[in-house]
Amino acid sequence: MTLTSALKKTAFYLLVAFIVLICVFPFYYAVLTSLKTGTDLFRVDYFPRAFDLQNYIDVLVARSFPRNVLNSVFIATCTVALALLLAVTASYALARVRFRGRGLLLLTILAVSMFPQVAVLAGLFELVRFLGTYNTPWAMIMSYMIFTLPFTVWVLTTFMRDLSVEIEEAAIMDGATPWVIITKVFLPLLWPALVTTGLLAFISAWNEFVFSLTFTSSESMRTVPVAIALLTGSSQYETPWGTLMAASVIVTVPLIVLVLIFQRKIVSGLTAGGVKG
Amino acid sequence: MPQDQTETTIQLRNLRKSFGITEVIKGIDLEIRPGEFMVFVGPSGCGKSTLLRMIAGLEDITSGELLFNGTTMNNVVPSKRGIAMVFQSYALYPHMNVFDNMAFGMKLAKTSKEEVQARVNRVAEMLQIEPLLDRLPKQLSGGQRQRVAIGRALVRDPRVFLFDEPLSNLDASLRVATRLEIAKLHHDLEAATMIYVTHDQVEAMTLADRICVLRDGKVEQVGTSNELYERPANQFVASFIGSPKMNFLEGDFAAAFDCACLGIRPEHIEMVETGDSNAVWSGKVVHAEDLGSDNYVFVDIGAREPLVVRQAGKRVLPAGFEVSLNPIRAHLHRFGADQQPIY
Repeated sequence: MTLTSALKKTAFYLLVAFIVLICVFPFYYAVLTSLKTGTDLFRVDYFPRAFDLQNYIDVLVARSFPRNVLNSVFIATCTVALALLLAVTASYALARVRFRGRGLLLLTILAVSMFPQVAVLAGLFELVRFLGTYNTPWAMIMSYMIFTLPFTVWVLTTFMRDLSVEIEEAAIMDGATPWVIITKVFLPLLWPALVTTGLLAFISAWNEFVFSLTFTSSESMRTVPVAIALLTGSSQYETPWGTLMAASVIVTVPLIVLVLIFQRKIVSGLTAGGVKG
Repeated sequence: MPQDQTETTIQLRNLRKSFGITEVIKGIDLEIRPGEFMVFVGPSGCGKSTLLRMIAGLEDITSGELLFNGTTMNNVVPSKRGIAMVFQSYALYPHMNVFDNMAFGMKLAKTSKEEVQARVNRVAEMLQIEPLLDRLPKQLSGGQRQRVAIGRALVRDPRVFLFDEPLSNLDASLRVATRLEIAKLHHDLEAATMIYVTHDQVEAMTLADRICVLRDGKVEQVGTSNELYERPANQFVASFIGSPKMNFLEGDFAAAFDCACLGIRPEHIEMVETGDSNAVWSGKVVHAEDLGSDNYVFVDIGAREPLVVRQAGKRVLPAGFEVSLNPIRAHLHRFGADQQPIY
């Protein structure tokens, strides 16, 4: 190996290391902090000095935190399931059924997702009250779907368009109804797209803050991000950094695990949609 | 699924199809006889595939009537028409193995497991695809996929088979082999009516009992390959059928034969000795193509395009060689200014 190519290689890996450091450091620091207690918290350390799980225990036995995690799991799962069901059927229609105003409808769907959350917050609050879902998980499920559906529908529509028309026609000749075509023929071919969009929808629902804060009043109805933000220490002047960080780590780990499991599918899903979209 | 073994007559009565304001099928009347192999042929965009898809039920019929044995089929869903279709891209379900691909329709129709098994096995044996039943489509070669696609059509026991350019994705040698298979299939299934769409007139000529030549959404001529070849109904059919194409001569060349346009096939022109009193045309050889069994000689006789002459044998003519030509009078096709033949 010549000197220049060795140098290039070193520079490349240095750059990679730098990017990884930037990305991972905040999370790493959260993990470090979550393992400290007392005045240790305010010392700046870059390597673990103590290994104390007290913060985790505190969080998990706190009055409503486990309940909040369950809320989040339920809401995010329902959002993803409902959004995928609606998006798959909608995208079939948008990609395959010829009807007047299809392009306009697609653009409208896209336009909906461009509003900032705050802009629709007041209207949505009225809607939630009107439907009687205030302070229930359904308020969040509905409002999250408003923001995940446009994205999901768009991605799945581009995927659906790329699926062979002749395969669909072969299924029609075989006597398949649209529902059978979607479930038995298209779904198996759409898995990468479903995993990608589903996971992204799950993450956004899991991390959402504003709606959850607005549409819940009781502590036991909150989702995790709100619960974390509203964690209080023993006095109002104390921010409980240790438990806060422990809670953050607890809610981040499932996402990381999910992403790692579906990593391959995500990449293939995103690129397939991107190239042909 | 109709287990109808009776022979099926298909009648098209003034069939029309419009997409928005563009009319693509402009009133087609046609009767396809029971057990017949009918080929729709025409240049691309002539509406032949659309017509097939209307018979299949994949396209709505804008107006007119489609009858199977006298029963109107206009609003019958595709799966209830007793038809099976083989698609150009094979259209196999990518996530199912060969067995499931063939069994899918029967499973949807709630056929019993034993019967599904029996019918798939029978067809697989017939097409010699038994060793492939567990494989996925992506593990098959093009020819194997085509067999599976035909097998999927066969297991349905249809009374009408529809083929939409089934050979155009295969390479040349496989195409000839598969063409033979389809011809054999037609002999084996005497009761089944078959409709086959192609833009390749060689496929049409070799497979068809009768050919329907389409242009621009209208039928130009229906007949056996021999009828189309010997007695084309107009100049378009004359130019479309036959390879290499019929030669057309206009102006003074045609006037000498009392017509607006004179058609003569390459194999109906003789080369004669220069100075022969029979010689009608003479000119210089522009180019010669040696196909082994035949020579195609392109001769410039002063017409708009060089005249193609087909010659058996190995006589190689260099470019610039002077030849005299004599058309065989019995095989002249004379067309009037309206492109209709003059007899």
